[in-house]
Amino acid sequence: MPVSTSSSRLIYDSLKAAGVRLMSALPETWLVHLIRMAEEDPEVQLIRLAKEEEGVGISAGAHLAGVRSAMLMQNHGFLASVNGIVSCAQLYRIPLLMLISHRGEFGERDPWQTEGGGVTTHVLDALRIPHALLDSPDHVAKRIQKAQTLAHSASRPVALLLARDLMWEE
Amino acid sequence: MKAIYPQMEQHVVVTIMGAVAAELQSIGHRPNFFYLQHAMGLASSMGLGIALSRPELTVIVLDGDGSLLMNLGGLTTLARYRPKNLVHVVFDNESLLSVGGFPTATSTGSDLAAMAAAAGVPRTETVVTLDEFQRAFNDATGAKDLSTIVAKVEAVGPSGYVTDLSLLENRYQFQRYLRDKQQPLSK
Repeated sequence: MPVSTSSSRLIYDSLKAAGVRLMSALPETWLVHLIRMAEEDPEVQLIRLAKEEEGVGISAGAHLAGVRSAMLMQNHGFLASVNGIVSCAQLYRIPLLMLISHRGEFGERDPWQTEGGGVTTHVLDALRIPHALLDSPDHVAKRIQKAQTLAHSASRPVALLLARDLMWEE
Repeated sequence: MKAIYPQMEQHVVVTIMGAVAAELQSIGHRPNFFYLQHAMGLASSMGLGIALSRPELTVIVLDGDGSLLMNLGGLTTLARYRPKNLVHVVFDNESLLSVGGFPTATSTGSDLAAMAAAAGVPRTETVVTLDEFQRAFNDATGAKDLSTIVAKVEAVGPSGYVTDLSLLENRYQFQRYLRDKQQPLSK
């Protein structure tokens, strides 16, 4: 499976450098290494979800309890979480760092990913969620740190879209 | 709710919206009470996030049948991480009271305690009388293990659901409470 181990390691280390100690996740191909790293790291609590929206509630609870968290999910998981994002994280001004694998973009071979790929950034825009693309190792560390800074200063959700160029080696 | 109020005073409480939030506030709001006034289903997930982040606290989630039915998968996540410091109370009035009282699936036989047990929650119980509820709640807070108590209640609630406690005031007060608990001001 050509998911980039080095990019996953870079993302994981950057999340930890940004203070993240709890990660909620629902497995998806591009996230396999990240989830395994969280699982093997005694300093991080990994919470495997049944559905991504739960992660919004878990992150909100963790934030109020003083723990920094991140959500790892596919863009379809983001789409499944929209009500939680709006009526928990946005309504209650919760800083929420979302790492979303941006499936369905150029190069996508799975037909079932393509509709979600086309709407993800539009839905993020409609929700007024600031977002940036992680598509090169060069800016991963900085963008994750900056996203975390904005999430906390604005007390709002922010999203980083994991791009194929970063996550997939072919 | 009055029956368990003296114990809830000492613990961290997360409630759902509607009658549960309004009634608890009418008995007496405290800074350690948080009311999730929307995002149906996520009160139990928030409770899980707090319980895992702060194992030294006891977290009480006051859920409802309508809310839990929207996040049944969350029961499996609760059971999977099995926080020993979380008591999950479900007030089951078999209806969506605050939006007109339409019956939920528990009115036609869906059994939330059985679902919690099947999800892997180690302690589950359905109670019908106030005495049973009080005993079950005391047992659960003393048990030091994850419990789901389904309390069958009548579908009655207050006349209105908007209180004078603003959502963000509640949120920041609750966060401050949890922060001060972590770093006591006394030396």
